[in-house]
Amino acid sequence: MVAKALKSFFRRVFSRMFGQKKELKMGFYGPPNAGKTSLANRICKDFTGEEIGSVSKVPHETRSVQFKEKVEISYKGKKMMFKIIDTPGIATKIDYEDFLKFKIKKKDAKNRAKEATQGVVESIKWLDDMDVVVIVLDATENPYNQVNITIIGNLVARKIPVLIVANKVDLRKANIKKIESAFPEYDVVGISARYGKNLEEFYESIFKLAKKV
Amino acid sequence: MAKKKSLGKIRGFSIQFLPYSELSGMDSTQRIKKILNIVLGNVILIIQGKIESHEESRLIEDTMAMIGHVKGFKGIELAVISGDNDGGFFVRIRRGLINAMGGGNLGALTIIGPATIVKEIKKNPKKIELLLDR
Ligand SMILES: Nc1nc2c(ncn2[C@@H]2O[C@H](COP(=O)(O)OP(=O)(O)OP(=O)(O)O)[C@@H](O)[C@H]2O)c(=O)[nH]1
Ligand SMILES: [Mg+2]
Repeated sequence: MVAKALKSFFRRVFSRMFGQKKELKMGFYGPPNAGKTSLANRICKDFTGEEIGSVSKVPHETRSVQFKEKVEISYKGKKMMFKIIDTPGIATKIDYEDFLKFKIKKKDAKNRAKEATQGVVESIKWLDDMDVVVIVLDATENPYNQVNITIIGNLVARKIPVLIVANKVDLRKANIKKIESAFPEYDVVGISARYGKNLEEFYESIFKLAKKV
Repeated sequence: MAKKKSLGKIRGFSIQFLPYSELSGMDSTQRIKKILNIVLGNVILIIQGKIESHEESRLIEDTMAMIGHVKGFKGIELAVISGDNDGGFFVRIRRGLINAMGGGNLGALTIIGPATIVKEIKKNPKKIELLLDR
């Protein structure tokens, strides 16, 4: 507790002395297949020209934490340096048989499942390290999922600011309202990571979020 | 073992109720171990109250570590029902549960079950509803 308070005190003092040069660690968390990598890619592409990782309709595509440093997000004259951290989707269950539907060979499916379980553990381990976290949810899915609540609960306990993104609003089944009523204490931004819809509001929210650190 | 309350059996699995008093004296490591031991025995566990969020994330980590090491284990389903939220599948059985446990306001309930069994029930939810209405 004390160490954490000191750390944040020094961070504030130093960033003031050296003019906000330090990058904020921004983690992308959420269930598998929600669009974390799609969104992280968009941001990285917009501001560095490079992507961060591969996207797939098969869940657990991201199976280890990947990051991009020195991503300077600038929007309407505001500028801020981030380290973007894309994490493996967190789940309470992983069955290799679920991957067979996607025409993945049994051996590869088993391997994917094994890596995915390790990825979940890695994601959780990294939670402690974040300055701010963007929770990416698939707006066509039920948000009252205990995994979402567990992640947010952990972030609240660690006093890490949270922004919730309701992704895939391009789909007709998307329901932002449901996500808003599930998490009334949080800002919820509806976007489409795939089609780049409403990213302006997302960037605006990111600057608001960074102020809470 | 203290008052374990088995609610019944449907084809090789049972439901066990764990009063909070059985967990309150334990530290996090002991709690998680106890919970996982029960669930690994093909039991759906219903805990009165809820565990801390850091314990939930530890539970997920330990669950992941067991997949691939415990034969047939594919993980868990986890739900906390506190009354007004919509927990999907589990909420439908909540009413039955409260009745089965003798009614009254029990506050939150945490339900943890082996993923394979919950998947089976989802295919045929009537089975468990019937059981709980008894
Ligand atoms: N329709 C629609 N599909 C999307 C959107 N964003 C992502 N997707 C799709 O959803 C799938 C999963 O996207 P990813 O970005 O890989 O999701 P993720 O959260 O990184 O998934 P994991 O790495 O498995 O945890 C892919 O098929 C994407 O094309 C969106 O805004 N709209
Ligand atoms: Mg990903």
